[in-house]
Amino acid sequence: MTLHADAVSWDRGGNLVVDGVTLRTEPGETVGLLGPNGSGKSSLLRLMHGAARPSRGRVLLGDADLTGLGRREVARSIAVVQQHAHSDVDLAVRDVVRLGRIPYRSLWGGDQRGDDEAVERALVATGMDDRAGRAWHTLSGGERQRVHIARALAQEPKELLMDEPTNHLDIRHQLEILTLVTRLPVTTVVALHDLGLAAMFCDRVMVLCAGRAVAAGRPADVLTQALIADVYGVRADVSVDGDGLLRVHYCPGAPADVAPAAGPGRGDA
Amino acid sequence: MSTEARTDARVVAAVGAQPSRRGRLRLAVALLGAAAFVVLSIAVAITLGPADVSLVNVRDILLNHAGLAQIPVRASEDAIVWQERLPRAIVAAATGAGLGICGMIMQSLLRNPLADPFVLGISSGASTGAVVIGILGIGGAGLGLSGGAFIGALVAFALVLVLTRLTGGGTDKVVLAGVASTQLFSALTSLVVFAFADSDETRGVMFWLLGSLEGVRWPDAVLCTATVVVGAALTWRTARVLDAFPFGDDVAASLGIDTAKVRTALLLLTALITAVLVSVTGAVGFVGLVLPHAARLISGHRHSRLLPTTALLGAAFMVWVDAGARTVFAPTPLPVGVGTALVGVPVFIVLLARRRELR
Repeated sequence: MTLHADAVSWDRGGNLVVDGVTLRTEPGETVGLLGPNGSGKSSLLRLMHGAARPSRGRVLLGDADLTGLGRREVARSIAVVQQHAHSDVDLAVRDVVRLGRIPYRSLWGGDQRGDDEAVERALVATGMDDRAGRAWHTLSGGERQRVHIARALAQEPKELLMDEPTNHLDIRHQLEILTLVTRLPVTTVVALHDLGLAAMFCDRVMVLCAGRAVAAGRPADVLTQALIADVYGVRADVSVDGDGLLRVHYCPGAPADVAPAAGPGRGDA
Repeated sequence: MSTEARTDARVVAAVGAQPSRRGRLRLAVALLGAAAFVVLSIAVAITLGPADVSLVNVRDILLNHAGLAQIPVRASEDAIVWQERLPRAIVAAATGAGLGICGMIMQSLLRNPLADPFVLGISSGASTGAVVIGILGIGGAGLGLSGGAFIGALVAFALVLVLTRLTGGGTDKVVLAGVASTQLFSALTSLVVFAFADSDETRGVMFWLLGSLEGVRWPDAVLCTATVVVGAALTWRTARVLDAFPFGDDVAASLGIDTAKVRTALLLLTALITAVLVSVTGAVGFVGLVLPHAARLISGHRHSRLLPTTALLGAAFMVWVDAGARTVFAPTPLPVGVGTALVGVPVFIVLLARRRELR
């Protein structure tokens, strides 16, 4: 079962925040959503898990239109990790992860053992099984994001949607979280700010600008100097290093039509 | 594939070894103990008061009324225990439990530690309803103070819902609408008292406004207990959902929860519980605000545990405070709402300070 946004648009009070975007995911791959602030990444993700209805176009889960499915049914297939879902509430790690079983519970209970196993699997997959009893307020930012990912995995989803999951994290935790995500046996659509990380971890990327998809494909094909100048308004050097990894170096100054021959760092401010 | 097999083995081992069954047993024992303490508190509270009744007499009287024995007791003692103190203690327990549960729901739902059952303007709506009936005499004797209070509470809540809808929803809009509604109905109450009440009426209404269990009888006890038991059972079914709300509406919605519907339903539930309780006892402050916090310090934040803890703690607390309010300044009774704050605030400060040391 794959998730598929088919020419979706979202008119938010006269403001077209998503404009005719089509995104098809293949099972198990990691798709990066890129674009500057306000380009529609979060809005597209909201459409893709049914938090909002598209004004035009439709989102398909398998063959079924998302708007025709029940909330709980959707939550059993699509899990979401937000960028900064903090809470003052002091639950234990295991209790937060257990929230992921809500879509499987009826009003009158559910399968206790199945719940316990799914929770335990999610804790193991995210490496939090040794900290399952810890209280939420004692966790670091990276650990909290892991717990949210574990909570999402406890939903046993086919698709995982993540909205800038590495925001507010230091670089080590950014790498750890994204490494974890790409190894998970689910299809992942992840909105990211860092182009270098996107190049490192995503099988494919889609670049949004003002609600429209302006480019999509393998990172090496999409993330060109010209595209970064065009979409972000930033000068960047893009190169491939010895390990075959794409490197993006940002340079101060406005992008020019012709890259200055003198090299980076001397652009006029 | 071998990694998968290993992972599965770890999962099965961990699930098997989980201490959850023992934890559940311990929780059950603790809750049974707390419930027994509430029952004992009621029994002891009944013995307190100007007319001395021993615990043995209380037992005899209760056994007689349960039809289990026919022990000769003095008629005056029987009347005091069975007609006055027992229903009063039961109303106190139900009120403490009910207001505690409502405060817990509000704080979770509105993500606001200052939320209490009265945040939606219910208490001031009730007081307006009560003074309109009690002082202006509108609606006649058929309704009474309680009926007026109940209607006033629901009118205030309806106003909050309408204001929230008009301003576009959201938790902070609910709180703001509640503040507006509270202020409006407080002003109306003051206006009626100021313009129309003589000093006797003012005193009577004031006493009721501060929260009072004077003169409650069996019908009140049955009504309050039934309301709180049904309310607690319904809340119990949503315990897991309440755990999700503090992480934000987006997280809750992504877990398949219809956040708008659940929030409105739970607000309506708390409004009904609170309106019933307030119509019997007046606005007993402090309990709904602070007891959920105290219960969190004891049992943690998981609502499946927090709910029974809050209910039992609230019940025991109110029974003792009411016993104190009856007896300390006897024969002059103290409004129980004054007692809850005078006793509860210092206790709460001690709890908070100790919690901080632990961290």
